Amino acid sequence: MAYIEFVNVSKQFPGALRPSVNNCSLAIEQGTFVVLLGLSGCGKTTLLKMVNRLHEPTSGHILIDGEDIRHLPVTALRQRIGYVIQQTGLFPHMTVAQNIAVVPKLLGWQRERIESRIDELLTLIELPPAEYRHRYPSQLSGGQQQRVGLARALAGDPEVMLMDEPFGAIDAITRATLQDEMIFLQRQLQKTILFVTHDVEEALRLADKIVVMDMGCIVQYDTPFRILTRPANQFVTNLVGADDTVRHLSLISVERAMQSPPPDFHVNGQPRIALHDNLRNALSLLLRTGTQTLVVAQDEHPVGILTMGQIQHLVGRVHEL
Amino acid sequence: MELLREALAYAQSRPELFWEAFVRHIVLVLTAISIALVICLPLGVWTARSRWASLTFINLVNTLRVIPSIAVLFLMLPYFGLSFQSAAIALTILAMPPILINTDAAFRTLNPAIREAAQGMGMDALTIFRKVELPLALPIILTGIRTALVEVIASATLAAFIGAGGLGNFIVLGSQLRNEAILLVGAIPVAIMAILAEVGMSALQRSVQVPL
Repeated sequence: MAYIEFVNVSKQFPGALRPSVNNCSLAIEQGTFVVLLGLSGCGKTTLLKMVNRLHEPTSGHILIDGEDIRHLPVTALRQRIGYVIQQTGLFPHMTVAQNIAVVPKLLGWQRERIESRIDELLTLIELPPAEYRHRYPSQLSGGQQQRVGLARALAGDPEVMLMDEPFGAIDAITRATLQDEMIFLQRQLQKTILFVTHDVEEALRLADKIVVMDMGCIVQYDTPFRILTRPANQFVTNLVGADDTVRHLSLISVERAMQSPPPDFHVNGQPRIALHDNLRNALSLLLRTGTQTLVVAQDEHPVGILTMGQIQHLVGRVHEL
Repeated sequence: MELLREALAYAQSRPELFWEAFVRHIVLVLTAISIALVICLPLGVWTARSRWASLTFINLVNTLRVIPSIAVLFLMLPYFGLSFQSAAIALTILAMPPILINTDAAFRTLNPAIREAAQGMGMDALTIFRKVELPLALPIILTGIRTALVEVIASATLAAFIGAGGLGNFIVLGSQLRNEAILLVGAIPVAIMAILAEVGMSALQRSVQVPL
C-alpha cells in the first residue's frame, strides 16, 4: 500500500495567475527514494512543502500511512517528518549536539536516549562525536553543515524525510560525496524520502523513482531508467537528455551486461571493474585503457567479462530493456 | 587637581545633598529605560513582522527624537509641572528610538531559512520565539539598550532645569555661580556612570553573542 498519497492536490497562492500545483495525484511506496525533478517554478518545492504543511493545499488531500495529514496537530505531524533544506537552517547559537537534540527534546525523550542518539548519528555521518559534538555550525564546512542538517532531520527517527535541494549550494566534488553517502545511508535506513532537485544527474543517481514536473503538473512518474528510455513527451526528453547514450549507460549495471568468460579466457592483467558499477564507468575504463575486454570482479574475485561489443549491443536495444 | 579637591570637599560637606541627587539621577534613568523597554520590546517584535507598523512606529519615534530633550521638558510643564514625571517622559522619549529600531532590525534580519527549519521540525510559535528567535536577536537588542542607557544617563542632567533634581543640580548651580568645582560634582559622577554602563552592557552583549 502506498505510504504517502497525494489525491488531486492543487495549490494556488493568493494573487497568482495559475496554480503552482495543479491537480496532482501520486502514490509513494514505503521505503522508496522519490526525486521531484523539474525546472525552477514547476511546483516541485510547493508539492514537497504541502507534506509537512508549510503550505496548505487549495484542494485535494494528502495521506501518510492512510491518514489524512490534516487530522493531526501540525506540530505532531512535523515532528514525525525529517526536513532538510538547502541553506541547512542550522541554529547558529546551538552546538552540533544541541541542534541534533531539537526534535528528540520536542518528542520528550529521556536525556540518556538523546545523548546516545546524538553520538549514533554523528558516527553515521562520519563526524566523530568527540570532535564535533560541541562545535558551532559556523565552525563547520558547508558539506559538514549539510551532514549535520541531515543528522538533525534523522534524529527523531522519522519514517518520512523531505529534502529540498539539500546539496544545491555545495560545490560539485562535495556534492558527489554527499550523494554517495546518501545512497549508502538510504540502503541502511530505508526511509520514505521525497527529494527535490533540478539537477538531472543527481536525480538519476539517487532516485528509485523520479517525478518529472512541469507547470504544476506531474508529467511522468517512473524509474530513472524508464524515464530515460521511455520519456513521456518531448519535455521529459529534453529535460533529462533522454537521447544521451552515455547517460543511459550510467543506469545499467555491469552485472546486467557481463558474460561468463569463454573457456579459453585467462585472467591476465586486464583492467577490472566491480560487479555493481555501471556501464558508463566501464566504457570510460575501456576507452582509457584501450583494451577490448574488462574483467568483472566481485570482492576481488573475477566473476565474468565485459567487452566493448556487449556494451554496443546493449546500446542498440536499450529501449527493449 | 586643585579643582578636583575642591569638588570633593564640596560633595563631602553636603553628603545628604549629593547622595539625594545621585539616587534621584539613577531612579530617573531606570524609570525612563524601563518604560522604554516595556513599550519598545513588544512593539519591535511586532513591527519586525509588519511593514506598515514598522514604517509608522519607527518614523513616529524618530520624529519625537528630533525634538530637543530640553524642549520636551518645557513642553511637558503645562501638563505635569515642575516634576519628576515631566523629566521621566522626556527621557523615555529619548530612550525609545534606539531600542525600537534595534529590536525591529534584530528580528527582521533573522535568516528566514532558520525560521523555516524551526517550523518544519515541529516547534510551535512560542517555542520558536523563545529558543530560536530571541537568542539570535538578543545581541542586537542589547546594542540598542546600551545606546539608550548612555544617552539617558547623560541627558538626565537636564532634569535639573525644571527642578526635577538629579546630578544636573550641581551642574546648573555650578554654571550659575561660575564655580567649576561645583559643576564637576555633577559632571564627574555622570561621566563615570555612563562609562560603567557602556562597559557593563558590552560585557553582557559579548556573553550572549552567537559564535561567528
